[in-house]
Amino acid sequence: MDALLKVEDFTMHYSTKAGWVQAVDGISFALNRGQSLGLVGESGCGKTSIAMSIMRLLPYNAQTKRGKIYLGGRDIYSMTAEEFRQARWKEISMIFQAAMNALNPVYTVGSQIVEAIVEHEPDTTEEEARRRVAELFDLVGIPAERSDHYPHEYSGGMKQRAVIAMALACNPSLIIADEPTTALDVIVQDKILREMEEIRRRINMSMIYISHDISVIAEVSDIVGVMYAGKLMEIGEADDVFKRPRHPYTYGLMHAYPSILGDKRDLATIPGEPPNLMAPPEGCRFNPRCDRATDECRAVEPLMTKVAPEHSIACHNPVWAPSSGGEQVGVAR
Amino acid sequence: MALPDSGPTNDVNDVLVRVQNLTKHYPVGRGFFHRQHAVLHAVDDISFEVARGEVLGLVGESGCGKTTTGRMLVRLTNPTSGSIVIDGTDVSSISGADMGTFRQKAQMMFQDPYESLDPRMTIFDIVSEPLNVNHIGNLEQREERVAEMLTRVGLAPPATFMFRFPHELSGGQRQRVAIARALVVNPGFVVADEPTSMLDVSIRTGVMKLLAELREEFGMSYLYITHDLAVARYLCDRIAVMYLGKIVEIAGSEEVIGNPVHPYTRALISAVPVPDPAVVRPIPNVRGGVSKPINPAPRCRFYERCPAAQKVCKESDHPELREVAPGHFAACYIL
Repeated sequence: MDALLKVEDFTMHYSTKAGWVQAVDGISFALNRGQSLGLVGESGCGKTSIAMSIMRLLPYNAQTKRGKIYLGGRDIYSMTAEEFRQARWKEISMIFQAAMNALNPVYTVGSQIVEAIVEHEPDTTEEEARRRVAELFDLVGIPAERSDHYPHEYSGGMKQRAVIAMALACNPSLIIADEPTTALDVIVQDKILREMEEIRRRINMSMIYISHDISVIAEVSDIVGVMYAGKLMEIGEADDVFKRPRHPYTYGLMHAYPSILGDKRDLATIPGEPPNLMAPPEGCRFNPRCDRATDECRAVEPLMTKVAPEHSIACHNPVWAPSSGGEQVGVAR
Repeated sequence: MALPDSGPTNDVNDVLVRVQNLTKHYPVGRGFFHRQHAVLHAVDDISFEVARGEVLGLVGESGCGKTTTGRMLVRLTNPTSGSIVIDGTDVSSISGADMGTFRQKAQMMFQDPYESLDPRMTIFDIVSEPLNVNHIGNLEQREERVAEMLTRVGLAPPATFMFRFPHELSGGQRQRVAIARALVVNPGFVVADEPTSMLDVSIRTGVMKLLAELREEFGMSYLYITHDLAVARYLCDRIAVMYLGKIVEIAGSEEVIGNPVHPYTRALISAVPVPDPAVVRPIPNVRGGVSKPINPAPRCRFYERCPAAQKVCKESDHPELREVAPGHFAACYIL
């Protein structure tokens, strides 16, 4: 199948007074139509930066060093600003972090979405756009009469739904959701996750879902990518990654958090703190915090290697041996 | 229908904190020309106890009153009515000089390590301030005590941290400073308001383990406030679930997680995402969204959202907590 989105060796650094921050480094992945990719990692690992790179919404101090991003076969960084502006919303749209604050307080929620539609589809009349807003509200579960209300009259969960409706307004083939439920309570989060999954399946949309919460990622992803310090550490089919995490960092993340399922168990700790991306460690960027690190890890950067048909890792010394077909040879802790 | 004198607890022998009929009402809405304010029942007539050495988790969604409860316990907020007795001291009657003594018994840890530390104070100043204001020790002894606490919370060697400023530290390190500050006076009781929720996973685990260790080491009691049931299960002996100002269920942690009886607790537990793509969670059985307890009608607070609601739930006042199994209390008519 031809990939809808293809990211090839993408490398983007931020220029700051203190030096270059190596925020995104050598990221490659592909996403098919209808597939969802969950990107998980901690603050500052580069997950939002890669999303902003795909949306071409990088700040002025960002510089693309290497690599390409293809959307529907077209290199997005060779498109003109106007061409890409056309693609935004229609082919690719984004639900931003803290989206609740993304609505303009002085316009009704409905009119803001109508504006987005008319702006990107000049052929659409306002009448048609209003009808579409009603459909969208129905889709995300907001009563239609609420479209004439202002953002302050909405609850947090409803604002989040409105922003999702807005992102869906022009039927994009790819939606990037950056922590869309992080500020919400669990019951509301659960509803929104279920709704997004249903919508995605119904209109066969692709999605990149960004979160720091590995449990949420488990629920929404076909493919899981684990990022650390600007690098993709592990990527593969969700079932396989969760059943057999190979990278010590992935393993650590999965065992570092308590669960309400099963017996109460002790937690794995990942010692230390994430590195300064102005001077990341030599070799593997995770090596100072990894209890499986060897001299090789400290000197040579590991390349992405396939360990299963749809599962790759960047690690010299994985938790499960790549050749043994799933037999556990040791655990991170 | 009144609660027994002592609220539900698993150990009546050694009660450190006893909370009875604690209530906090806030006037809201326009009150300028209108005589009658609307009243937000942030915390409404709750009673519970914390035993010596016990960790009680207070769990609920935003706006349920869990932080207000915690703040009242350490007198950062004054209750509207009700009583709080901590280690023999009636918290509401403390005044003047006694406040210092009380603060040595009860301390609070805050959620946001970026806002709870004064940016213009060094780490030494921050951690030694509770000793300063309570006139504990001389400078040398304070230095020694601060160094000891910093080492204990994992900021070692202390000399490299003492004279730095908060902005030079990471979020996890700041939260460790906040923990050291709360524990430096060796309090018997600590209200911890989501101290790990702002931290990244790999950092959070270390801080959670530290809190568990410190509790063992110093025999402290915590009221641990969190929205995260998994964290509460890991750290707490018992869990109290709050909904719109009321405690709706309270029991041992494993009992609450494994055998919840209140419809709200059940919904809350089934909404928690699980880190396993193979698990299909049931849809949480609950209607609508959280409202605010402003002038609440005299019926079960959960009535509008409850899947099991019946006539009695609407026609009677909010149900009292009653014991449904040994040590397991729930406030529901339909049990």
